[in-house]
Amino acid sequence: MPVTDAPAKARALYDARRTRVPIPPFTDEDPTLGMADGYAVQRELIELLLADGDRVIGHKVGLTSKPMQKMIGVDSPDHGPVLASTVYRDGDTIPLDRFIQPKIEAEIVFVLGERLQGPGVTVTQAHAAIAGAVAAMEIVDSRIVDWKIKLADTVADLASNGAMATSSRIVPLDGIDTRLIGMTLTRNGELIDTGAGAAALGDPVAVVAWLANVLGENGVALEPGHLIMTGALHAAVPMTAGDVFRAEFDRLGPITVRVGA
Amino acid sequence: MSDYAVQLQKAVADRTAIDALGVPDLATAYAVQRVLRDAAGPLVGWKLGVTSRAKQAQVGVSSPVFGFLAGANALDMGEPLDTGALIQPRCEPEIVFVLGRDLAGPHVTAADVIAASSGVAVGIEVLDSRYRDYKFTMADVVADNTSAGRFVVGTPVPPAGIDLRLVGVVLEKNGELVATASGAASLGHPAAAVAWMVRTMAADGEGLRAGDVVLSGGLTAAVPVAPGDVVVASIDRLGTLELGCR
Repeated sequence: MPVTDAPAKARALYDARRTRVPIPPFTDEDPTLGMADGYAVQRELIELLLADGDRVIGHKVGLTSKPMQKMIGVDSPDHGPVLASTVYRDGDTIPLDRFIQPKIEAEIVFVLGERLQGPGVTVTQAHAAIAGAVAAMEIVDSRIVDWKIKLADTVADLASNGAMATSSRIVPLDGIDTRLIGMTLTRNGELIDTGAGAAALGDPVAVVAWLANVLGENGVALEPGHLIMTGALHAAVPMTAGDVFRAEFDRLGPITVRVGA
Repeated sequence: MSDYAVQLQKAVADRTAIDALGVPDLATAYAVQRVLRDAAGPLVGWKLGVTSRAKQAQVGVSSPVFGFLAGANALDMGEPLDTGALIQPRCEPEIVFVLGRDLAGPHVTAADVIAASSGVAVGIEVLDSRYRDYKFTMADVVADNTSAGRFVVGTPVPPAGIDLRLVGVVLEKNGELVATASGAASLGHPAAAVAWMVRTMAADGEGLRAGDVVLSGGLTAAVPVAPGDVVVASIDRLGTLELGCR
């Protein structure tokens, strides 16, 4: 049974985003809350944010790696909207004071070239609908105290999305094995972690197919120009003011962000 | 030190793990390794160990080590791994350098390593620590020839134009993703790891020879294998290598 107080929970998250004061997990009060409850709250929260003039320009898919799924106790990803107000570009300074407890992740973002609506979307169809890939970083953030999230909490909280930064170079996928796109992440010039595309659900293109099929159940389509964030290729890294993060992707190029106060 | 070598050789022959030897320091450890090397038959190259952050975390150390590759331990492509001949095998994906000419000296750089290599290939190293549960100190693991067990090397491709830092690396076992990385996971650049080894060897007047194969260090944490397992290592631009276990 879906939550009846989704609007109140959405309002609590909306206020937490504005005041940057995190709230206790919804699942503390009601451990029975599940995925459907989370999405019910997420829909209400998106309405509140759109009413402020924001726009949905794509989707973020989270929990795409085995370790993350294990941590949350699920066996599938989750998703949330990408809001126009949260997008940075290569070289930007990202102010810490926009967030509560941000961490950074390097990931592959796809730009959709054609409309894609599930159910029944295959990985091959998803591949054909993608205009190209972009080097990107996601700033994940939780409006829930100390990241004490269960599935319903993070889903309600826009899949813990905070912001994203993308390179402006859109690279067509022709001849690229997206599973094998290598990535190195440095902080202030020091190697932090490495990964490859397969870390996202075995293949980042499979993430797009999964998303199209899940959204398709509610009659929602992925639209041309939409940005699809396909999930971290490594463990998330905490951010400190003054840090310079640089993710370099084979075939896609680099992206750099500075962390401001 | 020959007593250490005898205990390690006995562990190999008995296929039974032993307690860590408590080798006192690295100089002693490399001397023990030298005793093992002299008894190993024809050598085909070298290997780096403990070059990735993942591996350094796994064994609790912070700088690389190196060991030798005995020809007797080379598996051919498609040849199954006989796990019964080993104690506690674990597999990891590596970038392999094949030397086209000799390379030695105290000032060798990553660029020199690439220039001296006729090919680079995907490799799978099968580690087999002779120490129970892979519990050892840095000196212990060096004495144990850096846990070298078996290895298999794929078809080399010319290194020109490949940024080995950035190539994506995927390790799968039985069709499931185990780990991903990029080449930088080995000391920031796999050729830099090899250069480190060449500079270190130079102190003893040793170096690489044309034809030598060099395993430049595990790029992910090593995955344990048992009979029936199939391990697949894929490295972008280098290819894919499969190892079946029986």
